[in-house]
Amino acid sequence: MASEEASGSLRRSRREPEGRAPRQDKYSVLLPTYNERENLPLIVWLLVKSFSESGINYEIIIIDDGSPDGTRDVAEQLEKIYGSDKILLRPREKKLGLGTAYIHGMKHATGNYVIIMDADLSHHPKFIPEFIRKQKEGNFDIVSGTRYKGNGGVYGWDLKRKIISRGANFLTQILLRPGASDLTGSFRLYRKEVLQKLIEKCVSKGYVFQMEMIVRARQLNYTIGEVPISFVDRVYGESKLGGNEIVSFLKGLLTLFATT
Amino acid sequence: MRERDGGSVTITNLSSKAVKAFLDYAYTGETQITDDNVEMFFQLSSFLQWLWGLALLGSTWAALTTGALGLELPSPCREVLWPLPAYLLVSAGYYALGTVGYCVATFHDCEDAARELQSQVQEACADLARRGMRF
Repeated sequence: MASEEASGSLRRSRREPEGRAPRQDKYSVLLPTYNERENLPLIVWLLVKSFSESGINYEIIIIDDGSPDGTRDVAEQLEKIYGSDKILLRPREKKLGLGTAYIHGMKHATGNYVIIMDADLSHHPKFIPEFIRKQKEGNFDIVSGTRYKGNGGVYGWDLKRKIISRGANFLTQILLRPGASDLTGSFRLYRKEVLQKLIEKCVSKGYVFQMEMIVRARQLNYTIGEVPISFVDRVYGESKLGGNEIVSFLKGLLTLFATT
Repeated sequence: MRERDGGSVTITNLSSKAVKAFLDYAYTGETQITDDNVEMFFQLSSFLQWLWGLALLGSTWAALTTGALGLELPSPCREVLWPLPAYLLVSAGYYALGTVGYCVATFHDCEDAARELQSQVQEACADLARRGMRF
């Protein structure tokens, strides 16, 4: 009896032809957070809104690095409100860095696509359905949000910040010839296995980590699509771009130039 | 030049395995690329592209300006050729400034995005409070 049932289901699954009713795509959003008590509820609300309005199957994985401001408490409330199948809490004890946060998050991701973004509302979830559309259109391995092309742009930057940003991007384009217009952006959609492969290979930290991922992706012949996004910087007033950051960016850029 | 007199050239920061594999390919048309050495190939080929490009341009310029190949160019040509690298460098500088300037000038300011976010933030706060969120 049991063997009949087993062979019956086996026959059913073999009979199902390729391309008809494919396994549904699921999108896992990785949200590393540190001291985002105020922004976390808002970004999750916006994510849920975008996904529900487009009927997309999703989950949001919050990776909090032991924030002292109570971000975890807020995350737990969100889990109660939206359900633990949609909001997954996977915290860590202390601030350990972005690359390891992605690795940690991906271990628990059940989607076949992964979206990475900032949790401070500079990236708006309304672009995610556009990323998905673009990915399907070109069957891309990666879709990257760009502030520098099309009607992509920024809000909240003064002239000095814009010059630094464009200047840095110009230098990056010349030295690395990456095939993508916005390398330091971190609003991207990846196929899960592509992200896993790239994280294994990348060794840099911070901005440069995001740049290295794209450069290595190009080397490994992954296809990259772009979608213009608007970047609303509400934090800029508090964290000015200092000389230190510029120097470490240049060092990182030269390292990438020499090693990739 | 030091290398010309020294009889050998030392290139640092490159794996000898990678260079060997590359030379194998250059001379025999075959080489083994494995998971281990594929990155060395990327790094090496990238580095060599730049090196090759610079070397080609540099040696062409040097040969033409010093008449080393026995090519006697008419002197107006020589007069233009001699400062060419400096001229190209300055032009590159102008190009960079021009491009960055243009990009900054056309950098899109997303005011409507900011406004939309503001109103959505208020909507979100109200909705979440209704669902039991304690801020």
